Amino acid sequence: MLEIKNLHVSVEEDNKAILNGVDLTVNAGEVHAIMGPNGSGKSTLSYVLAGKDGYEVTDGSVTYMGKDLLEMAPDERAAEGVFLAFQYPIEIPGVATMQFLKVALNSQRLARGEGELSTPDFMRLVKSRAETLKVNQDMLKRPVNVGFSGGEKKRAEILQMAVLEPSLCILDETDSGLDIDALRVVAEGVNALRSPDRAMVVITHYQRLLDYIVPDHVHVLSKGRIVKSGGKELAQELEKDGYANYSDEAA
Amino acid sequence: MADVETIERVREIEVDKYKYGFETELESELAPKGLNEDIVKFISAKKGEPDWMLEWRLEAYARWRQMTEPTWAKVDYPKIDFEDLYYYAAPKVQGDGPKSLDEVDPELLRTYEKLGIPLKEQEVLAGVEGARVAVDAVFDSVSVVTTFKEELAKAGVIFCPISEAVREHPELVKKYLGSVVPQADNFYAALNSAVFSDGSFVYIPEGVRCPMELSTYFRINEKNTGQFERTLIIADKGSYVSYLEGCTAPMRDENQLHAAVVELVALDDAEIKYSTVQNWYPGDSEGKGGIYNFVTKRADCRGHHSKVSWTQVETGSAITWKYPSCILRGDNSRGEFYSIAISNGKQQVDSGTKMIHLGKNSSSRIISKGIAAGRSDNTYRGLVSAHRKATNARNFTQCDSLLIGDRCGAHTVPYIEAKTSTAQFEHEATTSKISDDQMFYCQARGLNEEEAVALIVNGFVRDVIQQLPMEFMAETQRLIGISLEGSVG
Ligand SMILES: Nc1ncnc2c1ncn2[C@@H]1O[C@H](COP(=O)(O)OP(=O)(O)O)[C@@H](O)[C@H]1O
Ligand SMILES: [Mg+2]
Repeated sequence: MLEIKNLHVSVEEDNKAILNGVDLTVNAGEVHAIMGPNGSGKSTLSYVLAGKDGYEVTDGSVTYMGKDLLEMAPDERAAEGVFLAFQYPIEIPGVATMQFLKVALNSQRLARGEGELSTPDFMRLVKSRAETLKVNQDMLKRPVNVGFSGGEKKRAEILQMAVLEPSLCILDETDSGLDIDALRVVAEGVNALRSPDRAMVVITHYQRLLDYIVPDHVHVLSKGRIVKSGGKELAQELEKDGYANYSDEAA
Repeated sequence: MADVETIERVREIEVDKYKYGFETELESELAPKGLNEDIVKFISAKKGEPDWMLEWRLEAYARWRQMTEPTWAKVDYPKIDFEDLYYYAAPKVQGDGPKSLDEVDPELLRTYEKLGIPLKEQEVLAGVEGARVAVDAVFDSVSVVTTFKEELAKAGVIFCPISEAVREHPELVKKYLGSVVPQADNFYAALNSAVFSDGSFVYIPEGVRCPMELSTYFRINEKNTGQFERTLIIADKGSYVSYLEGCTAPMRDENQLHAAVVELVALDDAEIKYSTVQNWYPGDSEGKGGIYNFVTKRADCRGHHSKVSWTQVETGSAITWKYPSCILRGDNSRGEFYSIAISNGKQQVDSGTKMIHLGKNSSSRIISKGIAAGRSDNTYRGLVSAHRKATNARNFTQCDSLLIGDRCGAHTVPYIEAKTSTAQFEHEATTSKISDDQMFYCQARGLNEEEAVALIVNGFVRDVIQQLPMEFMAETQRLIGISLEGSVG
């Protein structure tokens, strides 16, 4: 589904190199975890996959479902099924979460040549997804992320994901800011979306989340490069030894 | 279903970005170009006016000749040649003009149909179930048709073209015309008083709640023609009315002048809700063409506990010069001003309000949302004042500006004068930009740039949109999206 080859990325502004040759292949049905110390380039990788401005790809390629992902505008990527759950979700004052979801879903559907979802069908969909994630109706009426607690923001991201039903889910530190109960709810929501034709890239700093969302593969990102890959036991190793080894090794 | 069809048809009409830019091919009757006493007499005669009305016009004309154009607004345009304009244009009619809808020129009917304005009483606006709106349609200098007149008359409500009111309700017109905006109030008001053509007249009798929304649609069609409409609304004691005006014009390379006067009078315990969706042609992206909109709108909250609420959505016009105001004369009277002013391309907007507190415990609220994009300039200009006797006057003002891109300007010019120490005036102002992060977040969810801007802006103006009559909310949200097309990228 996703093939990243030798990806080099630098910041447009100051030419600072952040990703220095990332290779990663993700197949449908798989869950990959990317772990790494702060500043190793995890969010940068997720932004480049989602199409954020301000980064320059200096080398390498990204293929998604056989297409050159880097050639696509962010909204095209979304319509094609790429979803990024933001580490820091953005506030949009005055726009109710419900309305935002509806506009997003219908924009994607129109771009894919599907018709808009009728309001009753849409309401039913959101309601059922919201229940799974213990998101109450009141939150759906509030403006997008405005005044949400850290945990609410993360839950709202996963709700968006559940409603938009993407093919490739990229979760950037969805666990940060969540207490253990919220973490469990969110993980359940994510697990409910696991399916043979959907892939997930779960970015996290801590192993904790991976107790609930059990990955098929774990990668360690350090200084903009994947320095080690393995199975889920790699996460436990990291939990014990920390990232010290990797930082030193790369230095 | 006629109603749904009408709306669908309108959706399909897209003329460049300005979808109301089409022109109607009609034969018109024009007064000779330029302005002098004879033109004033011509207009008055055309309307079959009594002598007192003609005298009033001539007096205004004489005053106007002595006045000069105001220059304090932050707008810049070439000097208008007032002698190079037509002051009267009317679609040619056979005989006495239409008595009913069946007699109206079908070309005209098609125009309103294209605009989505229901002139047949069985049609409803915006497809909202059960929402009936009475419409007065004004085309260039004349009112074409007014709907639901009979049903309104049963409730005692008078809703008719002002020219008809002059003839048929002279006692009311004499008593109230010019009582809020005097003949020589300002340059444009004086001009309007001399040559006003048509507009709506509304009288709501004591204790009556007007049974439906009233609205007037103004359309300037003819070239080089000024439109000078005059609206007068009187809400007698304890009455209520909600009124909406909408405006469009064809796309033309020349500028067209629009100088309207609106007067509202609210007596004891009466309430008037006045909403405007102004979508005159704004000119092209280089600033060619567009309407010059110089408008005087003022409400007199004359009675105790009277209330007037202005809501305006200003998206069109090349130049907007407009300050809907409230004179809060009655004790415990209340004035509200909710405004969305969007400027794109090379549009210039100088708009705001005045809240003049004269009565005790009078209160006012101002929420202004200015959105500037392209190379436009957007100024909020407001005055809040409390007279010595206006004890405990209260005002809350919030002015928010949103900038899209970095070639536009937003300015806030608030004046505050309190002659009583008991007045409580609060003012808050913010200026922000649509952030790249917000844009990216929306795009990452599947919205394209234009959809993202429209969504973010609609969020920004939400407090004001909510003040609009329900029937007009959805259309307005769409209009906001359309007026900001091309503002990014
Ligand atoms: N837009 C940017 N401008 C300058 N530096 C950036 C930018 N984005 C990321 N960086 C830098 O790149 C490095 C990686 O950041 P990031 O991808 O956020 O790491 P992580 O998510 O792993 O903590 C950091 O040193 C960060 O400061
Ligand atoms: Mg990060």
